Amino acid sequence: MIDITITIIDRQGVSHEINAPTDMNMNLMEVVKSYELAPEGTIGVCGGMAMCASCQCYVESGHQLPVISDDEEAMLSEAFNVKTTSRLGCQIQMNPEMDGLKVELAPEC
Amino acid sequence: MIKTDILIIGAGPTGLFTVFEAGLLKLKCHLIDALPIPGGQCSEIYPKKPIYDIPAFPEILAGDLVDNLMKQIEPFQPGFTLGERAQTIEALEDGSFIVTTSKGTRHQAPVVAIAGGLGSFEPRKPLIASIEKFEGNGVEYIIRDPEFYRSKKVVISGGGDSALDWCIFLSDIAESVTLVHRRNEFRGALDSVEKAQELKNTGKIEIITPAEIVDLKGETNIEGVVIKRENIETTVACDHFIPLFGLSPKLGPIADWGLEIEKNAIKVDNTLDYQTNIPGIYAIGDVNTYPGKLKLILCGFHEATLMCQSAYKRIFPDKRYVMKYTTVGGVEGFDGTKKEAPKAVIKAIV
Repeated sequence: MIDITITIIDRQGVSHEINAPTDMNMNLMEVVKSYELAPEGTIGVCGGMAMCASCQCYVESGHQLPVISDDEEAMLSEAFNVKTTSRLGCQIQMNPEMDGLKVELAPEC
Repeated sequence: MIKTDILIIGAGPTGLFTVFEAGLLKLKCHLIDALPIPGGQCSEIYPKKPIYDIPAFPEILAGDLVDNLMKQIEPFQPGFTLGERAQTIEALEDGSFIVTTSKGTRHQAPVVAIAGGLGSFEPRKPLIASIEKFEGNGVEYIIRDPEFYRSKKVVISGGGDSALDWCIFLSDIAESVTLVHRRNEFRGALDSVEKAQELKNTGKIEIITPAEIVDLKGETNIEGVVIKRENIETTVACDHFIPLFGLSPKLGPIADWGLEIEKNAIKVDNTLDYQTNIPGIYAIGDVNTYPGKLKLILCGFHEATLMCQSAYKRIFPDKRYVMKYTTVGGVEGFDGTKKEAPKAVIKAIV
């Protein structure tokens, strides 16, 4: 099993360096939930189907991320507080290439 | 006043299945839901998505799961108060409760089961500083009566089905309809997108993309919206601004009912019967929390089943009862129907 280290800045601005497994089919939203870095009910509301924007985050590192899908793009086009670095955490799978990823959680809305 | 045995708040899968389990115990149910249709998230967010972890269904669409549940509970004739949010609760001296909705409909029951999922679905409001000032003065998040917009200038924003569908619908009613969306692509049913394109081509509606509404103008009532497109701001006059950015769940008024809340959910006694800190009020499905809680439909079904047994004991404290298998006892509906296993036929071989 390979664990990677990622940095998540929570909605209060606190930075957390955490380990994430790459063999459990987890995405970034689920990692945030597993470490309880955002209150239950405020993240991953749709369960990870790119159908809400509660897991929106801003990617601060220069990682090569998976190509944005039509669903994700459509959701982001209706979300609030969107920046050019915005992605939905549920669409970012944890794999060895994500080691060192740094993201900030977007405000709740 | 609507009177029932178990008043269920939330008509999602868990709330619907509660009707079945209660029905087996001859208890009548009435459901309240803020959405206009039953099914909760399964109907509102992902009706066309498959679910793979419903026991004995290798794959079922969320919308089909709701349809099946509605069919399963039909013999128990549940009542529905839809499109109204459960607002207040009042405990009476006889141990029963009165729940009043946002529209003032009153319901009385000895047992209340909160199956509210992640809460009631509220419209997502765009981040425009002055928007709250105009709420009810030209800004509406939900279209309740299309006639309200007759011969009015309407601006709609959003890029999904509801934005497109209302644009199309209001194009025949309103004086003018302008649709503003942040990008050129719309996420809607193909025929809606094509219809909107046709209306745009014939000049019946105006579509402004990629653009965003950044400010609202007016004294008391809204008089115009400021649209930003390619860094240029223009003001478009309007009588109504309707932002349609979908719905997001909020625990809402239930949070003020005196229930113990933890992690945006209602704490229950999971070792016994999913009762809350207020006897007679239960919380089942995604809305509750307890050590080891999993927000799964199948867990909600289990919780509903145990909760109904407890509700029965609360309503009939002196009656003895043991759970019966439906294979043995069949299903006797309140509508006079009866389903039961066919009797074995004994025939001698001579």
